[in-house]
Amino acid sequence: MTEWTRHDLLNIRDLSREEIELVLETAKSFQEVSRRDVKKVPALRGKTVVLLFFEPSTRTRISFELAAKRLSADTLSVTAGGSSVSKGESLLDTAKNIEAMNVDLIVVRHAASGAPKIIADALGPSVINAGDGCQAHPTQALLDLFTVKERLGRIEGLKVGIIGDILHSRVARSNLWGFTKLGAKVTLCGPPTLMPRDVEQLGVRVTYDLKEVVAQSDVLMVLRLQKERQQDKYLPSIREYARLFGINKEKLKSAKKELLVLHPGPINRGVEISADVADGEHSVILEQVTNGVAVRMAVLYLLLGTKSKADGEEKDGSAVS
Amino acid sequence: MKILLIKNAIIVNSKDIASKPQDILLENGRIAKIAPSISTKEAEIIDAKGKLVLPGLIDLHVHLRTPGQEHKETVETGSRAAAKGGFTSVFCMPNTNPVIDNASIVESIKKEAQCVGLVNVYPVGAVTKGQKCEELTDIWELAQAGCPAISDDGKAVHNSQLMRLALEYSKMAGVFIIQHCEDPCLSHRGVMNEGLVSTTLGLKGWPEVAETIIVARDIELARYLKARVHFAHMSCGRSIELIRMAKAKGIPVTAEVCPHHFTLTDDLVRSFDTNYKVNPPLRTAADVAAMKEGLADGTIDCITTDHAPHAQEEKELEFDHAPFGMIGLETSLALTITELVEKKVLTFPQLVEKMSTAPARVGGLANKGEIREGLDADITIIDPKKEWVVRKEEFASKSHNSPFVGRTLKGFVETTICGGKITYQA
Amino acid sequence: MDKEAIRRAIMRIAHEIVEKNKGTEELCLVGIRTRGVTLAQRINACIESIEGGRAPLGILDITLYRDDLADTRGKPVVHETQIDFDITGKKIVLIDDVLFTGRTIRAALDALVDFGRPASIQLAVLIDRGHRELPIRADFVGKNIPTSPSQNVKVVLSESDNAEDEVLVENAEKKS
Repeated sequence: MTEWTRHDLLNIRDLSREEIELVLETAKSFQEVSRRDVKKVPALRGKTVVLLFFEPSTRTRISFELAAKRLSADTLSVTAGGSSVSKGESLLDTAKNIEAMNVDLIVVRHAASGAPKIIADALGPSVINAGDGCQAHPTQALLDLFTVKERLGRIEGLKVGIIGDILHSRVARSNLWGFTKLGAKVTLCGPPTLMPRDVEQLGVRVTYDLKEVVAQSDVLMVLRLQKERQQDKYLPSIREYARLFGINKEKLKSAKKELLVLHPGPINRGVEISADVADGEHSVILEQVTNGVAVRMAVLYLLLGTKSKADGEEKDGSAVS
Repeated sequence: MKILLIKNAIIVNSKDIASKPQDILLENGRIAKIAPSISTKEAEIIDAKGKLVLPGLIDLHVHLRTPGQEHKETVETGSRAAAKGGFTSVFCMPNTNPVIDNASIVESIKKEAQCVGLVNVYPVGAVTKGQKCEELTDIWELAQAGCPAISDDGKAVHNSQLMRLALEYSKMAGVFIIQHCEDPCLSHRGVMNEGLVSTTLGLKGWPEVAETIIVARDIELARYLKARVHFAHMSCGRSIELIRMAKAKGIPVTAEVCPHHFTLTDDLVRSFDTNYKVNPPLRTAADVAAMKEGLADGTIDCITTDHAPHAQEEKELEFDHAPFGMIGLETSLALTITELVEKKVLTFPQLVEKMSTAPARVGGLANKGEIREGLDADITIIDPKKEWVVRKEEFASKSHNSPFVGRTLKGFVETTICGGKITYQA
Repeated sequence: MDKEAIRRAIMRIAHEIVEKNKGTEELCLVGIRTRGVTLAQRINACIESIEGGRAPLGILDITLYRDDLADTRGKPVVHETQIDFDITGKKIVLIDDVLFTGRTIRAALDALVDFGRPASIQLAVLIDRGHRELPIRADFVGKNIPTSPSQNVKVVLSESDNAEDEVLVENAEKKS
């Protein structure tokens, strides 16, 4: 099996297929821990994990926090307000202050693309990108891959439709890499105004015809539509968006029986997805949440297993008995 | 004033490169005499053996950050950087604080530059008051105070009616307009070239069409009004095509390109290094190739730097939040030699054309841009073969936001002479 | 130790387990991944041949309980733990291939108590090679093999190793 040698997890784009599979397999082993009465193992005892969130997020933060706690790491949640400029302290200053307290890993969420990379490049502790701007949300993609693999047994050869605001979606960008690397065929579908330029060059297909995507897909990933997109004039109206691209029971009539519907949450019921679909037979939305903890445990475990940047590369072949 | 005598000079003008060394006598701020051998007792002698002697370099696009942002650059540090880069004349842009939109600011900058005395500084006045694109500045007064050009650089004069009025009025005032080509609606919040890389990185794109729309519109205005427009820092191949077509039709437009736009591509933004954040943004390899073609065939008149200093703490931010711009005065000549002359895109006389002769012509500087008896004694002596490494600590500029740090470049400024006075000596 | 010796040792351990626990009532086997699981399965088969019934069998992965995680270079691969029965009140026999420092067993004990409160925990190993670093001893031992700390004891079992059963004592390669 591949060995994990990475110090940080910044995006799926950089990972090899083997590395993604290692995370998924490790996560499989961690699922069981969350089902025990005593939901805790001592693997990361004495490690300190800081959740540095420059952008509000409830579910991702809670999921990371729970994952770290189930591995016995100490966690500390830091919510830094708004942009670093308005706060008067730069991103690096904030991060360096946290590093100075001898933490082992920093989970970063930031509204600007590349912010976790800036921290990772400058600092010693491992960094996990928990969502940066419109660029990447690697653990979301990993948990989506995990959920689909659990349900359908494979990723290779699946047809995956990603529906909605692709332009502003870090979830779409990370999943696009994850699914294509594991051999799925990805189709993007959404309003042309919310489709990033040249995205076909990343090895995906683009269509504006939702009907066609629904009929052929094994997996539909429905993205959250931010209400601000109408104010930004990307859309004539949220109502028309819901009519054209909102997923409801009626539109799923032509879908395959085993179709999975995923959503990264939080859901705007009635906008991008109707209640009967979100709660219906195809939906695996809550399984995504459950699996998120196992996947994040796996990522934390893999990143914190090595000692440091310097000697992490070295391999030790001797058997431990 | 001291008399300078340059011995053994291989003179490079835009027309040709001299086949035999000559001596150049500089007296009273002028080139007094050029002859195979000059001897005079009281002159300070500079031996230029093995070097090339160029007319002083002229940069039509520099940000000296004065007044208001002296933590980035001052007239003094900017002048030192210019002299070190081989420049003897620079145009400084008006997006200062306050904006250079009245005669008194123009005069104060000129005065300060004269006190420093290292480089001829020509302040560029604003086209609109406060660069707000609402009402015209007193363009005639700005011209009288010494502005050879006006510009709202940093932003475009995007209102077509206002641009029309500015072109008409500036013709009377005897100044020309330098247009920063950017449709602000199309480039809104954009931080890098729109394309595969911006899509991959999730950064907001600044599409090339935001530039070409203004280029195309201004070509039409120039044609209709028979007024001259100079296009600043062209970044994309399509702009060059438009300008090529306009020139073929005899429409009075001129254009400039910066070294970073003929050397770097948007792929470099993948590092999230904010030294690659510049306006207009770095574009694709095809655009870089089009810039070289435009330089070679004469579509692009001048090479300028868009020298844009920023303090380290301002640049050490998220890519979205860092300001646009990079410094360029001290690397421009060497980049042009390394990337264009060495790679046979331009000859040395063509380099002189792009970096001195054409800027003098476009900028209306009558006695500059050439080494000829009677012209201003602005001269740059370079070692075209010497290689050097760009180092952060060695910049004369107050800022060091250069993406070229660490690069080995060919072509080294040995001596800069401005108005018959040595302003820089390596 | 050859195939036949291993077979006899396993049979003897099974007999001792049944004898000590007076049958299989409340008895559960837990094998430590990977070879402990194979041994547990074999012991369970022997128990069936003696008593006519099998004991519930669980699989324990102790990776997450190791005390040397931080020092391990490269990542030990985590596998699933499968204990599908309630261990509270049960007589647990923990099974591993080699008993050495005792640290693996310490980790296994920690892991087990996270699953419940057994009535007792006994330890069965195929090989005891000495050099304990913790106060742990085995209740059932296939064979005591005196070794030097630098030697490796390698247990080969056909199910997991694709080769004929044997136990090898190897001198570790010299490290510079």
